[in-house]
Amino acid sequence: MLDAARQPRAHWRAMLANLEHETHETVRQRSETVRRQVRENGVTYNVAADANGKERPWDLNVLPLILPHEEWSGIEAAVIQRANLLNKILADVYGKQEMLREGLLPSALIDGHPGFLRPCHDIRHHDDIALHFYAVDLARAPDGRWWVMADRTQTPSGAGYALENRAIIAPTFPNLLRELKVQPLAKFFRTMHESLVHWGRRCAAEGDVPAPLREGEMPLIVLLTAGQRSASYYEQAYLARYLGLPLVEGGDLTVRDGVVFLKTLAGLHRVHVIMRRVDDESCDPLELHGSMLGVTGLTQAARRGNVLIANSLGSSLLESGALLGYLPALSRRLLGEPLKMPSVATWWCGEPAALETVISGLDRLVIKPSFSQLPSFAVFGQDLAGAARANFIAGLRANPNNYIAQELVRLSQAPVWMTGPAPGLQARAIGVRVFACATPNGYMVMPGGLTRVATGPDARVLAMQMGGASKDTWVQARAKVEAHRLQKRVITSEDLVREDTSLSSRVAENLLWFGRHAERCDNIARLLRVTLHFLFNVRFDQRGAEWPTVKALCIWFQLIDADTESPAPGGAGALPPAVLTDAEIESALLRAVVSPDVSGLARQQQQLYRIAGQLHERFSVDNWRALNRMVQPVALAGEAPSQSEIMTILDDATASLMTLAGFALDGMTRDLGWRFMSIGRRLERLQFQCVVLQRALSMDENGNLEWLLELSDSIVTYRARYRAQPEWLPVLDLLLRDETNPRSILFQIDGIQGAMLKIARIHGACGEYLLAPAREALIALDPGTDLNHGNAVLGELLNRIQLASAALSEQISLQFFSYTDNGQQRSRTS
Amino acid sequence: MDPPASARVSARYRVVHETRYRYQSMVSLSQQYMHLTPRLLPYQKTESHLIWLDPAVSEGKDGIDYFGNHTRHVALTVPHDSLLVHAESTVALYARPGPVQIEGTLPWESVRDMMGKEKSPASLEACRYLYASPHVNSFPALEAYARLSYTPGRAQLDAALDLTYRIFEDFEFDGSATDISTPLEQVLVGRRGVCQDFAQLMIGCLRSVGLPARYVSGYILTHPPEGKPRLVGADASHAWVSVFCPPLGWVDFDPTNHCLVQDEHITLGWGRDFSDVTPIRGVVLGGGKQLLDVQVTVTPLPLATET
Repeated sequence: MLDAARQPRAHWRAMLANLEHETHETVRQRSETVRRQVRENGVTYNVAADANGKERPWDLNVLPLILPHEEWSGIEAAVIQRANLLNKILADVYGKQEMLREGLLPSALIDGHPGFLRPCHDIRHHDDIALHFYAVDLARAPDGRWWVMADRTQTPSGAGYALENRAIIAPTFPNLLRELKVQPLAKFFRTMHESLVHWGRRCAAEGDVPAPLREGEMPLIVLLTAGQRSASYYEQAYLARYLGLPLVEGGDLTVRDGVVFLKTLAGLHRVHVIMRRVDDESCDPLELHGSMLGVTGLTQAARRGNVLIANSLGSSLLESGALLGYLPALSRRLLGEPLKMPSVATWWCGEPAALETVISGLDRLVIKPSFSQLPSFAVFGQDLAGAARANFIAGLRANPNNYIAQELVRLSQAPVWMTGPAPGLQARAIGVRVFACATPNGYMVMPGGLTRVATGPDARVLAMQMGGASKDTWVQARAKVEAHRLQKRVITSEDLVREDTSLSSRVAENLLWFGRHAERCDNIARLLRVTLHFLFNVRFDQRGAEWPTVKALCIWFQLIDADTESPAPGGAGALPPAVLTDAEIESALLRAVVSPDVSGLARQQQQLYRIAGQLHERFSVDNWRALNRMVQPVALAGEAPSQSEIMTILDDATASLMTLAGFALDGMTRDLGWRFMSIGRRLERLQFQCVVLQRALSMDENGNLEWLLELSDSIVTYRARYRAQPEWLPVLDLLLRDETNPRSILFQIDGIQGAMLKIARIHGACGEYLLAPAREALIALDPGTDLNHGNAVLGELLNRIQLASAALSEQISLQFFSYTDNGQQRSRTS
Repeated sequence: MDPPASARVSARYRVVHETRYRYQSMVSLSQQYMHLTPRLLPYQKTESHLIWLDPAVSEGKDGIDYFGNHTRHVALTVPHDSLLVHAESTVALYARPGPVQIEGTLPWESVRDMMGKEKSPASLEACRYLYASPHVNSFPALEAYARLSYTPGRAQLDAALDLTYRIFEDFEFDGSATDISTPLEQVLVGRRGVCQDFAQLMIGCLRSVGLPARYVSGYILTHPPEGKPRLVGADASHAWVSVFCPPLGWVDFDPTNHCLVQDEHITLGWGRDFSDVTPIRGVVLGGGKQLLDVQVTVTPLPLATET
């Protein structure tokens, strides 16, 4: 931040001038806003070290790193050069292997590299591009020189976080961004996407199973994820959403005759490009020997030219720090020019001379594994003494090929706004990850990056895995910047899209279950609220015939343990004896609200959240904010919340669920996915209302019906219409057959049938007829004679509806989700 | 790779290799990757070869892998609860260098020191087989075992032959002691295993002293007990070791049968270890538990049919 004369560098002056006008309090507020945004957007990073796979909120510092135009031009040119060089090395190793023959690469580094995937040898790439996406970790020495610390060539992560950082920071300093001519990031992603589209078209046309695309027809590009457990899952989902790509797991894809397909509701859809975030070895259980997660036959599909995999399989090879020492000579040989930016001084112990240098100079070196396939570690020579040092050196000598040693680089520092007990500016060491993507016209560098901040004043390791923080990275333009927007292409009328045809079966299934669980949350919250209202506000001796019914419902939905208060013999409709005291019931219900260990609201919310996590890319940021707001109060509630706290939690939960439902109604397009979600919601509500009404009908005739209306969210309508105490006829009419009441049985049936008819129009008959007989019977009811408490026909009808809805649910699974591998095991033979 | 015109056919064989999988439940999708086609070599010529499957497959793709072996990819999309893979080959073998020529080869240390320095195509190719691979790692006990044969200054092939004999003497053939995932450490301690274990153990020994070694997959002619007829399906896939010995090239040793490979071994292909040349690798969807049955029959044919 300071130049040699210890004056602030020019570009910092504007920033500092801006901060100068601000009190500590304002900066603190800005910082707090950033933290809240991160939390509400649900930006997380999975800490791999945590056995429970815990998600950690993303740590974003309010102050950006600013890079002036001249400094950036140097970085940009060096990164482009390096991407070109690494791409050529990759092509050579997986092709002619001239560098091995010429001795520019030692055989031990290739033949002995655990990441060298022999099945990927001789796979051809369009325009000779094997490295489509590249990230490089840079560090700046105190003298201002930039150094390369490491190359990320397999599944470079962080670009999505950089994008998200900008989205959060930009509104915090709106004027400053313009004033400092900070370059936007969107164009980079647009270009990357357009390049993949270009190569996707070529795959469609030039593979050994050609099926050229029409002019406006888009190739299918998917983002392959290892799933929710991968460290940067949040980022993958964010990128998928930003670029509009289906986020798929290995099981969503299948290879047939050398062609990759996405399993969708409408059958198999050809995939042209796979942007992968799955490690090399895990991509294909048939040829790459890794886990069973990948896509069987993917290597063969790539070999036959029918799909583009970005980055190409086997590209982890270049991440080895042992390569760094060979790059200068390789650059002269392959590019005919010297390296523009040096790598941090690195010795590969596989060279006998280097090994001795390392051992004698251990104190100023950090030792790391040569290959990313080995367990990760960083040992500082200066920390080693006595027997530990001797042991370590013995280890180096035993397997020298597995170790590299790097010089400790003193990192330049940048100002960081520290929160906590003593807020204020402090200096911290930083490093920047810069991103490049291949285009048919050469590499392009993202004008920005992911700045990482060391955790403490003297931290020697920069790693998000270890809990570091990040900063937005501002690259200044020479001239005024034009605003860019994502995605621009020529779309003809033929290409207009109404239905998302690439909806995978797995996503559709998750959407259906999301709908069901959201509704289930709502039902449980309402039931808890109604029951607790009795407990808190109605004296025991004043509770009418409705109280045992309400309790029975709580038992039915497992909010009170059925073992302690088992239903009397005589069937499900019989009332349980009142053996539990109010205190016992209250404690059970409180647990049901806040504890995820028992069935109840907290557990239900967790399940909803988990399913939502699998649908990350389908929901807008606003939608996520609502979800996060819903889960947080329960998570933050103490061990023993007060009565009013509990009621507030339940009110908030219901309100958040309303917001979610509002998004579903108003914020999502009525595509196939939405219909599945809506069917899930309606099915769940239908089944809930059937149970509730059956129980209510078995209640004593004189019981108060207010709770039933409350539970069914219909009390306002009832009061507006009848302005009187609830009575059976109007209540049953409202809850059973009022097609305008969104809680009525008829409303659910109509909604389900409507959605299923729309699906049937695309996919053929799918069980939409199953509820038809029940609907007819419902309509045929005569309000004058049938809608009364004692009518056994009603209970029987509700029972039939329940059975039909269960059959329908099964039919949907059979017809649409059979492609998902649930219950289907994959096994390997040899 | 054709045998030289002057070469003399020393043996001819018909090999039938049948692999049957029986699944507990239906398999809806099966993708298989095979190394079942014999390589063409200066000392081995394929006269006929075919692979068929039951259920039959329409799709199949032949290829050559990184090591130069023949491969085939097939996929079955019809639901099935059993799969038969039938591979059938007729091969002619030609004379290889015999024991007489082994005397006077380079000291093993010279071969070791050549690795990584010498840039001839043969040496570079040998480097591919010099390092740890999925099933073969080096460890001190293994190196110590190897050193008993690799004494200072000993001729490369002399040492290899000695190691072959020692493995044969020290280890007992036992089909139930190991499986494909048994680590070398355990084989070395237990002193039991099958041809695959012995081959990989010998490869590990060679690599631990800095010498390249290949895993060769194929078949061997077995001899029925005196006076008994040759039984169909009584043979098995076999594996042995190829040792780099410049300037001769690669010389094959069979530690399971304490012999130098001559004209009773039929070569399918080679790699760094079993994982590179697994005869059949597959991934199936569904199926549940599976039963595997392999039958190999090697039948000698008369030499005279060649025209």
